[in-house]
Amino acid sequence: MHGVRRHVVNTLSAFYAVLIYGFIFLPVGVLVLFSFQDSRLPIMPFKGPTLKWYEAVLSDSRLTDSMINSFIVAMGSSVVAVLLGFLAAFGLARYVLPARGLQRALLTAPLTVSYLIIGLGLLIMFNAMGVPRSLWTIGIGHVVINTPLCFAIIYSQFGDHQVNIERAAHDLGASEWQTLWLVTAPMMMPSILASFFLALTFSWDEFIISFLLSRFDVTLPVEIWGLLRSGLNPKTNAAGSMVFLISIVLLVLAELLVFRRFNGRVNRK
Amino acid sequence: MSAQSSWKRWRLVLPALLWTVAFFIVPLGFMVVMSLWHRIGGKIVATWNFENYIEFFTKPHLVKALLNSLEIGLTVTVISIFLAYPLAWIIAYRVPERWQRTALLLAILPFWTSYVVRSYAWLLVLAKQGIVNSFLLDIGIIAEPLAIASSRYATIIGFVHFFVMLLTLTIYANLRQLSPNYARAAADLGAGPLRTFWHIILPLTLPGVMVGGFLTFVLCVGDYITPKILGGSNELVLPQVIMLQIGRRADFPNAAAMSIILMLVVTAAYVLCARWLKMERS
Repeated sequence: MHGVRRHVVNTLSAFYAVLIYGFIFLPVGVLVLFSFQDSRLPIMPFKGPTLKWYEAVLSDSRLTDSMINSFIVAMGSSVVAVLLGFLAAFGLARYVLPARGLQRALLTAPLTVSYLIIGLGLLIMFNAMGVPRSLWTIGIGHVVINTPLCFAIIYSQFGDHQVNIERAAHDLGASEWQTLWLVTAPMMMPSILASFFLALTFSWDEFIISFLLSRFDVTLPVEIWGLLRSGLNPKTNAAGSMVFLISIVLLVLAELLVFRRFNGRVNRK
Repeated sequence: MSAQSSWKRWRLVLPALLWTVAFFIVPLGFMVVMSLWHRIGGKIVATWNFENYIEFFTKPHLVKALLNSLEIGLTVTVISIFLAYPLAWIIAYRVPERWQRTALLLAILPFWTSYVVRSYAWLLVLAKQGIVNSFLLDIGIIAEPLAIASSRYATIIGFVHFFVMLLTLTIYANLRQLSPNYARAAADLGAGPLRTFWHIILPLTLPGVMVGGFLTFVLCVGDYITPKILGGSNELVLPQVIMLQIGRRADFPNAAAMSIILMLVVTAAYVLCARWLKMERS
């Protein structure tokens, strides 16, 4: 009796899992499949495969330029966000500062506000101050959305067990900065790298802030947004598949660099 | 605490605080001020009144957009939780330990595409000539293609897809944090699997589900792209109306007022479920 019930539960579970996984992968599967479509429309029946749409994407200088822009913005803004987040996390985790709760609330506040509002606020401010829209303004916006994330991730990993090591470094004559860079930062490397890769993918995929704060130089999601005006088109499929592929590469890198390498260390805590 | 050591402590937090104030708080201030001004004859005039807000609530199509946002947000949150919970449970309890990480990574893989790409991908599936319609036409269930795209249903499907992944992740994390001793104790006391789930596991994971649900609602209500690409312009939601003010008319005062209304809605949602939302350092 018991065995029968277990069997039923397992069968139902498998069935449900297949359904939901199917639902999750359906759009991405269709997107990638029809990027190899050998006709003008990415609809049934599938003809192909062909790589000509990828060629079209790579020979479209506006798309490749925007890809480079996206890369620059993502790299720059993620480095700044991780740096700000790490320093703030260290400061708040190690020192007794007045109004700690308020500072934490302020630092994480941007997480609760929609990107649209953050972007619009910056746009109004930059307009009022006469700051022209550029990759710089997009980068500033991306630092605003990613700093709280980096801060929260790194802060949550600061435990008391690292304090002793930092004290030891201090007793052996290391200055505060030396301790920070040579002792604390390497100890916190898993969460620093994790937050860096997360910030990188968030910035890489971000649309609305880039859309509001860009003018001539745009990022890849904004350029793809422009492509959507031509309706369903295998070239858009190819561009979208490439964006997806790059995000996945970043994730796999993060998985290999951060979690595999540091897994033992994290678990031991 | 001497003045010097106090500065030493502050200087680490200061850059992040300054950045947040300069590029988050101050812009919000600019937006509040802008929302009290008016766009008259192509120029923005400092009128200092609440007319934009009053106007919002007296125009039925704007109130309708707000209601659409709320309805879609709630529907998506409920459906996503009901779809994600069983999947998280299956991964946590039915998948062998060493495959769980892979199963989870697979379940959230398409999470890592931008909103724009993901919504476009759903368009491929749901469009008039899309996969779903051509499949249903082929097997003869329907005679005419269904108009799913450019409707609220497409928006909901696109959102649910995204948030099922997000919620599977958060609910799984919650299930894994539960000590197996609770379930064992319940079993020892004679509870069957169903009763154990209903009285022990579900209540213990509810706070995590609430956090995930709140996040879902907030992200949903504030998103512009999914409704724009999938929902079309038949039924506007609030972010679409805001973008229309900026794009077509450069009416920043109106857009600012609506954004603040959107923020207040999110704040209200936060207050409503605040007692379940304790996001503390573990």
